[in-house]
Amino acid sequence: MNKSKMRFMLEQLILYIILIGLAAAFVIPFVFLFLGSFKESSELFRIPFQWLPDRFQFENYKEMFASIPFFKYLKNTLIIVFFNVVGSVISSSFIAYGFARLRWPHRDKVFMIVLVTMILPFQVTMVPLFLMFTKMGWIGTFLPLTVTCFFGNPFFIFLLRQFFLSIPEELSESARIDGAGEFRIYATMILPLSKSVLATVAIFAFIRTWNDFIGPLVFLADDDLYTLSLAAQLLRSNLDPRWHILLALGVVMIIPVLIIFFVLKKYFIEGVAMSGLKG
Amino acid sequence: MKTILKNKSKKTMKSSTKEIVAAMIFISPWVIGLIAFTLIPISSSFYYSLTDYNVLDQPEFIGLKNYTKLLNDKVFRTALYNTLYMVVLGVPVTTLVAISVSVLLNNKNLRGTSGFSVIFFIPTLVPTVIASLLWIWMLQPDTGIINRILGYVGITGPGWIASPTWAKPAFILMMIWTCGNAIIIYLAGLQDIPMTLYESASIDGASFFRKTVSISIPLLRPVILFNVVTLIINVFQWFAEPLIITEGGPNNATNFYSLYLYQNAFQYFKMGYASAMAWILLLIALIIIGVLFKIMKFSESN
Repeated sequence: MNKSKMRFMLEQLILYIILIGLAAAFVIPFVFLFLGSFKESSELFRIPFQWLPDRFQFENYKEMFASIPFFKYLKNTLIIVFFNVVGSVISSSFIAYGFARLRWPHRDKVFMIVLVTMILPFQVTMVPLFLMFTKMGWIGTFLPLTVTCFFGNPFFIFLLRQFFLSIPEELSESARIDGAGEFRIYATMILPLSKSVLATVAIFAFIRTWNDFIGPLVFLADDDLYTLSLAAQLLRSNLDPRWHILLALGVVMIIPVLIIFFVLKKYFIEGVAMSGLKG
Repeated sequence: MKTILKNKSKKTMKSSTKEIVAAMIFISPWVIGLIAFTLIPISSSFYYSLTDYNVLDQPEFIGLKNYTKLLNDKVFRTALYNTLYMVVLGVPVTTLVAISVSVLLNNKNLRGTSGFSVIFFIPTLVPTVIASLLWIWMLQPDTGIINRILGYVGITGPGWIASPTWAKPAFILMMIWTCGNAIIIYLAGLQDIPMTLYESASIDGASFFRKTVSISIPLLRPVILFNVVTLIINVFQWFAEPLIITEGGPNNATNFYSLYLYQNAFQYFKMGYASAMAWILLLIALIIIGVLFKIMKFSESN
């Protein structure tokens, strides 16, 4: 009895050490980034390496706001984010209703196409889309990044469909008997019941667009339209990258995402877990 | 009686046509989007792949030349090799770490695991550009933190992204760092496994490791498959990180498939050539997806 208890304790101890070690490895880059953003630029690549800045100073942040048109890039990013969030929530829920709440022949086979496009690499359509948008005169505008999200996003359609399928069919049936049309059932019954998954979709759309790099890189040719991500890449690709500014910009870009994450953690984790195999 | 039945069947018939019409209206935005932003681009891309096209001049039809050129393109072969290197080494290592972490987090005897799961997830929230910049800085041979930590345990770290041998392993580290999505999905899968299985194993005196290997892993198989396929597809579309961190260097050691595709299209303006690469990528992706669907269906029927 005593021996097995000892073994159990030892096992716990080892598991904790492994877990803490792994967690530390995942967290260290953040610590390094936050501490680094308070270091002077001469300290960043100094030998010997030092964890803490000589003194905490906010010069990097001040210089970042002064030397790049931060608020212009922020505005551009938020415009694209806004259309993506609104477009994704409206269009994907509308489409998902058709795949989950209505019966029609070959529905589930057609839904396989949604699943295939969900995994299809963007690079497959990147070049022809660029050429098509060039012909339409859309390159150098926000249109390629905003209009497209009003036609549903496969991943969001998938998430919403899974949720809609779990709502009892009787609700729709009784509404139909009362003479409600499908649009009314969608807008006044299904959507209000799906607030949590709609929140998940909105958060995902926000983070994806906020963090997106390749879309703006390919489609926004005009630096007046650059997003924060592109601005960071622009700073980095200079011959003399100003690392202290980049670190400050990095922290400023991460903080809103972290705040949203910690406030709405539940929706995040549920959404990611749902993207696995459930249902 | 008869008329009632007749009426009823007539009514359901009518409502089902109505239902189909309604469904078509509901899915119509998706159909339009699929045609306009996926099917038309993919088919026009096939046409472009048969041409020499630099955007400024008209595309010139050259048949299969782009494809035959690709076969003899050394950089293309290197990019393909690098991508397969990541599939063969990076994907299993990342999967192993993700499963280990999720198994630990699922251990009911450990406290505070939900706080830990947050830690493993937040790296996935960092904008790619910022993550890439952060890693450049951390991977510096002399001043970077990774070699510093290796130094604590007496290891002299390699040159990482400056070294042709160590650049790809450096990217594997980054891949592991961003495996939080997979961890959450594994964790959800583990939580679906009935507790009673573990309890009866405990009565038999099985250790945590033993329970993991003989209960958790086998039952997690479909989830593992899903995550592995997602990871493989991600490797094939891997682009931003190598572009920002190394631009494919040193000596093309980190030039991956999608990066080379991008370079051909937007740095060398060889749209036809890049389209040929895109079509090969499409075929690779469809094969991987096909295998996934097949195995998934197979495991479902079991």
